[in-house]
Amino acid sequence: MSVSTAPPVIDKPGRNAKPGRPVPDSATYRRRKLRSPYLLLIPAVGILLVGLGYPVIWQIITSMQEYGLQQQFGKPAPFVLFDNYIELATKGSLWVVVGKSILFCLVTAIATLAVGLGLALLMNAIAKGPRLVLQVALLLAWSMPVVAAMTVWIWLFDRRRGAINYLLDAIPGVETNRFNWLESPLTFFIVASIIVIWMSVPFVAFSAYAGLTQVSEEVMEAAQLDGAGAWQRFWGIILPMIRPVIAIVFLLQIIWDLRVFTQITMLQDAGSKSSEFDLLGTYIYKLGTKSQDFGMASAVSILVLAITIALSWFYIRSLLKEDEK
Amino acid sequence: MTRITVSRALLGALAIVIALIWVFPVYWMVNSSLLPNVALQSFVPTFLPIGGSLDNYTGALADGSFFAALGMSISITLIVVAFCLVFAFLAAVAISRFRFRGRKAFVIAVLVVQMLPAEGLFIAQYKMVSSVGLLDSVIGPSIIYTASVVPFTIWMLRGFVAGIPADLEEAGMMDGLSRFGAFMRITFPLLAPGLVASGVYAFLQAWNEFTVALVLLPSESAQTLPLWLRGFVQASATRETDWGQVMAASTLVAVPVIVFFLIVQGRLTSGLVSGAVKG
Repeated sequence: MSVSTAPPVIDKPGRNAKPGRPVPDSATYRRRKLRSPYLLLIPAVGILLVGLGYPVIWQIITSMQEYGLQQQFGKPAPFVLFDNYIELATKGSLWVVVGKSILFCLVTAIATLAVGLGLALLMNAIAKGPRLVLQVALLLAWSMPVVAAMTVWIWLFDRRRGAINYLLDAIPGVETNRFNWLESPLTFFIVASIIVIWMSVPFVAFSAYAGLTQVSEEVMEAAQLDGAGAWQRFWGIILPMIRPVIAIVFLLQIIWDLRVFTQITMLQDAGSKSSEFDLLGTYIYKLGTKSQDFGMASAVSILVLAITIALSWFYIRSLLKEDEK
Repeated sequence: MTRITVSRALLGALAIVIALIWVFPVYWMVNSSLLPNVALQSFVPTFLPIGGSLDNYTGALADGSFFAALGMSISITLIVVAFCLVFAFLAAVAISRFRFRGRKAFVIAVLVVQMLPAEGLFIAQYKMVSSVGLLDSVIGPSIIYTASVVPFTIWMLRGFVAGIPADLEEAGMMDGLSRFGAFMRITFPLLAPGLVASGVYAFLQAWNEFTVALVLLPSESAQTLPLWLRGFVQASATRETDWGQVMAASTLVAVPVIVFFLIVQGRLTSGLVSGAVKG
């Protein structure tokens, strides 16, 4: 079976005279001239080589060089092989940042997936009116440029005049005392996580909802007649059918949540730029811009790449398997 | 049956409450942008923009730098969306309609490239773009953005192309259409929702991008809107933050996106939802 972001269409009753159409078969295409697919790939491969391929190779080479301030001004960069990596590995601060980044990324991605899936199920269960209201609200949140969203959230979390502390104070028994959310790393990262979840949920919700609308009503009704409860229908039918969508969306969330550079940078603008508040993105940025140490910054970047691939390799493999079917 | 209608209504109410929570930050941005400083500096927030004015907007637009940034953002975004759709579409057809040597390698490359952290590449991208003298130009960010957005667009369109049965196209060819004609008249219209969805994705990425723009557009005369907004906040923060003007500036940056979304909203929703073979 071929699986895709938009899952194969399963005909709904009355929508199509024919019974379930078989999933596309590419066998007939295999016999075609073998030159055409390569021609079709040229533009995409070309732009990827220029925009990302070259920089990655430069990055790998630079990570094995001593490339500091003097090299910026034209001094040749000596090769030091793995010295940059060894220096990083023996530095405790890097591992703290790595741990924090992975934790932040996993917690945020899982929460985003859970909320997004919940909202998709909700959209599927309600009448058209409320659904449209929810969709418009999600689209508005989704459409907010990250920088604009960050300024609003910083304003909302402002300790003295922010709406959030005011609204929390309005709850009986809660006294925020002008709580400064950005002062301690824990609440700083909770705020960052809330903002990232708010931004990312619409994409997850819409994708999952698109998957849900493709789940055959006939199958659902049959399951219900056979006595399957809502919970069983969810685990037994809905989840397996939208699993491809969920897998892709979760993979993307993990990747995106590991590089929350803009959000952290702008929260640091409003709070503190101290290194306690760094995740990998800002850590690399500071290495590159403040210390002008491109060699070390490149080494951390390569490390980030390795971590990302390790984290998501399981999903890449399962996507590939589905791609092959 | 009444039990079902009641629970449906309750869920509907829940949906509306969630919608209000989700939209609140957007509302708050617009609301604050209309309020005078006196209201914003009070410890009791003003929840409705009664007695509001557009003074914050005239304040934020006063020096005209907004319009320069708007032009820059529009140029880059249009280039990225156009090239991205064409490149990704061709590649999506290749990987979902053909089996060829190197296909798997390409699919893996697409998935891996997705993960390259932008913050780890900006130094190399800066070096590359500056060495050909394209700093502060529209072309630099356009190339980098197209390259970053194309992988996901390919993956997305691949799903849509694969969802369209190849035998539909072949039936058209048997009825006398050329392969190109069959593709244009049968597959392409069915693919339109996918193209809209992918185009919106590319638009969002290009319009909102911050890190690469920060590095590739160092001059103040060549800023995109996100850079302009951050610069505006920073300039404002040197005094007591003027939240009214900052929110007005944020609204100005967000408005083109929201307008664009409202235009394509119906098509986007159906684009993500349908993609169906209608008999």
